[in-house]
Amino acid sequence: MDFEFSAEQVAIRDTIRELVQDRVAPRAAEIDQTGEYPKDIERLFADNGILGIPFPEEYGGISGSSVTICMGIEEIAKACASSSLILAVQALGSYPILVAGSEEQKKRLCPPLASGDKVAAYALSEPGSGSDAAAMQTRATKHGSEYVLNGTKQFITHGSIAGTLVVFAQTDPREDHRGISAFVLERETSPWKVEKLEHKLGIRGSPTAQIVLEDVKVPVSNRLGEEGAGFKIALAVLDRSRPGIGAQALGIAEGAFAYALNYVKERRQFGQAIAAFQGIQFMLADIATQIEASRHLVYQAATKVDGKAPDLTKVAAMAKLFASDMAMRVTTDCVQLLGGYGYISDYPVERMMRDAKITQIYEGTNQIQRVVIARALLR
Amino acid sequence: MDLELAPEHSTFRAAVRELAQGVVRPLAVEVDRDHRFPQEAIRAAAESGLMGVLIPREYGGAGLDALAFAICIEELAQACASTAVIVDVHTSVGTEPILLFGDEEQKKRWLPRLASGELLGAFALTEPASGSDAAALKTTARRSGDGYVLNGTKTFITNVGHAGLYVVFARTGPDERAAGVTAFLVPAGSVGLRVGQVFDKMGLNGSPTGELVLEDVEVPAANRLGAEGKGFVVAMRALDSGRIGISGQGLGIAQAAVDEARVLMRDRGHDQGDDFTLADMATRVESARLLAYHAAWLCGRGRPFTRQASMAKLHCTDTAMQVTVDALQIAGEEGARAGSPFERHMRDAKALQIYEGSNQVQRIVIARELVNTG
Repeated sequence: MDFEFSAEQVAIRDTIRELVQDRVAPRAAEIDQTGEYPKDIERLFADNGILGIPFPEEYGGISGSSVTICMGIEEIAKACASSSLILAVQALGSYPILVAGSEEQKKRLCPPLASGDKVAAYALSEPGSGSDAAAMQTRATKHGSEYVLNGTKQFITHGSIAGTLVVFAQTDPREDHRGISAFVLERETSPWKVEKLEHKLGIRGSPTAQIVLEDVKVPVSNRLGEEGAGFKIALAVLDRSRPGIGAQALGIAEGAFAYALNYVKERRQFGQAIAAFQGIQFMLADIATQIEASRHLVYQAATKVDGKAPDLTKVAAMAKLFASDMAMRVTTDCVQLLGGYGYISDYPVERMMRDAKITQIYEGTNQIQRVVIARALLR
Repeated sequence: MDLELAPEHSTFRAAVRELAQGVVRPLAVEVDRDHRFPQEAIRAAAESGLMGVLIPREYGGAGLDALAFAICIEELAQACASTAVIVDVHTSVGTEPILLFGDEEQKKRWLPRLASGELLGAFALTEPASGSDAAALKTTARRSGDGYVLNGTKTFITNVGHAGLYVVFARTGPDERAAGVTAFLVPAGSVGLRVGQVFDKMGLNGSPTGELVLEDVEVPAANRLGAEGKGFVVAMRALDSGRIGISGQGLGIAQAAVDEARVLMRDRGHDQGDDFTLADMATRVESARLLAYHAAWLCGRGRPFTRQASMAKLHCTDTAMQVTVDALQIAGEEGARAGSPFERHMRDAKALQIYEGSNQVQRIVIARELVNTG
C-alpha cells in the first residue's frame, strides 16, 4: 500500500495549484455571475499542458493516468467547479477514443485534444433517455462509406464549444442496447446544431447544450469499435469518468471547507472566535472526516481505473456516490457556518453549494450508482 | 499511489480469516449468550501468533506493522467482536506502552510472555470520575522505599480478571493534571490487587469489563514505565494506536453486517428500497476501511497519525453503528430475535462509539488540530 502521489504527480499538482490560485480563483465569482464560458482559462489550461493530462505521451499527452486526472480536477474544483469541467470533460469526451478507438483513430483524433487545440464533448443523454440510456432514439444509417445521423442530444456539457463530439446512436432498428454504436463527429466535417443553452443552478460557466443532429454525415472511419459496441463503450467510459466527478465533488467540498474554516477562526461572537464553540468544532470535525473518507474512495477508484481492476464498476460508483453526497452535505454545512454571509454572493460558499448539486445528478444519478453497486453486491 | 494491500498483508489477512471463520465464529453466538470469555478463541489466536502481532521478533512476536494489526482485528471482529476487542486491547494499549516506553529489561521480561499469549494485557486508565477527562484521575502511587504503593479504583477495564498484566496509571506528583501521572506495570496476583464489579453490558458480552481495585498494592520501581510524570504521554500514544485497532473492529462488525444482509437478500429476494440501503452500507464501509488503513499506514511509517486515527475511529465506529442498524432493518423481525447475528452486531457496535475515546472526544481531537493548524 502507498497512499502518496508520485513525485511527478506532486509536481503536476503543484503547478496546477499555483495556476489555479493565481488565475482561476480570482475569476471564479465572475464566471458564475456572468454564466460565460471562460475561454481564457481553457487557453491557460491548454498552454500549460493540463488538457494533455488525460492522454498518454504517444498520443500527444503527458499522462493518461486516472489518478493524475482526478488530482487535476480536484485542484481546479477547489476554486471553480465550472473550470474543473474543462479538464473533466476533455477526459470524458476522449475516453471513448482511448478505450475503443483503433490505433489509427487514436493517433489522428487525440493529439489536437491533448494540445487543447480542440475541446471534446460526449453526447449520450437525450430528452427522453437519461438514466435509461439504452432507450435512445438518435439514429445512424449507413450509406456507403458514411453514416447519416439524426436525433436530439440533451445536457451535453461543452456541446456548444466542442470541436470533437462523441455521439451514441442506434445503428440497428431493434433499438435496444445491442444496436447502439459510437461515432466521433468533427465539427468542420460533421457540423451539429446547438438548439439551446440551459440556464442552471450551478456550474454556470460550463455551457450545457441541447444538440440537434440533422442528416449529419460521419465517415465510417470515425465509428469507434464495431457496430453495436456503443453501449459497452459508454459503460466503460462511465467507469473511468465517475472517479473524476468524485474528484470534482471532493474539490468543491475542500474549497468550501477551507473558506469556512478560516471564517470561523476569524468571526467573533459572544467575545470569542466562533471556532471556540464546541457545536462549531463538532461540525468541523465531521466535515473534515467526511472529506478525508471521500478522498480515499476517489483515489482508490482512480487507481482501479489505472490498474484495470475487475471490481472497477462497483468502486467507481461508490466513489462518485459517496463523494458527491458528501459534497452536498459539506457545502450546505459551510453555508451554515458562515450564517447570513454564507447565503450572499459576496462569499463563495453559496456558489459552491449550488455547484455541488450537479455532482449528485450527472454521470449517472446517485440513484443509478446505488443500482450499480447493489447489482454488483447481489450478483 | 497504490491502494491495494501488499502480498504480505493479503496473505496475513487470509491466514487470520481462516482462523476467525474456522475457530472464532462458531463460538460467537454462545459467547454472547452465556457472557463467557472465549478461551478457545484466544488460545487459538495465541497459537497462530496473533497475540504478538506488533511485538518484534526478537521478543517473540510476529514483528508486523500497524496495518497488519488493523487487518487482524478487522478479521476477528467479522467473526466475533468480543474476541476482537480482547485481542485488540491486549495488543495495543495492553502491550504497546511497554514496546514504546519500556526499558530493555522490561521488554525482555514482559514482551515474550505477552507475545505468546501466556499473559493477557490490559490497560487501566479510566476511573469512576474520570473518563474522557483522563488527566483528572485520582489513583495514587506513593513512593515507598525502593518502590511505590498504589491505591485507587479503575473502571471499565477490558480483560479484567483474565489479564496477567495491567498497565495502570496513577498520580505520583503534585501536579493535579497530566504532568502528575505515571504509568506502572502491575501483574495480576499482586497483593492488594483485586477485581471489583464485573459489568453486565448490552453487548461485547464475551469480553469482561469491570472494576480493578488497588489497595496498598506494592509495585517495584522496576515496574514503572517511563519517567515519573510521563504517564499521560504513554496513555495518549497508546490510545492513538488503540484507535487503529478499534477502527478495525468497527470495520469487521460493519462488514459482517453487510455480508449477512447480502446473503439474506439473495436468499429471500430483494426490492429497490433494500438495494439502495445495501449500496449505501457497503459504500460507507469501503470509505471507512481506507481511512483506517491510511492511519495505520502512517503509524507504520513513523509519521504523525493522531488526527487520522481519530478520524478513522470516528468514521469506522459511526459506520458500524449505522450499518448494523440498517442491516437489522433489512432483516426485519428475524434479525431482532435473540441469537440472530443482526441484533448481536448492533449491540456490539454501540460500545465502539464510546470506548477508546468517545466519538465526541475524537471530534474534539480533530477539531483542535484543524483550528490550531488549519
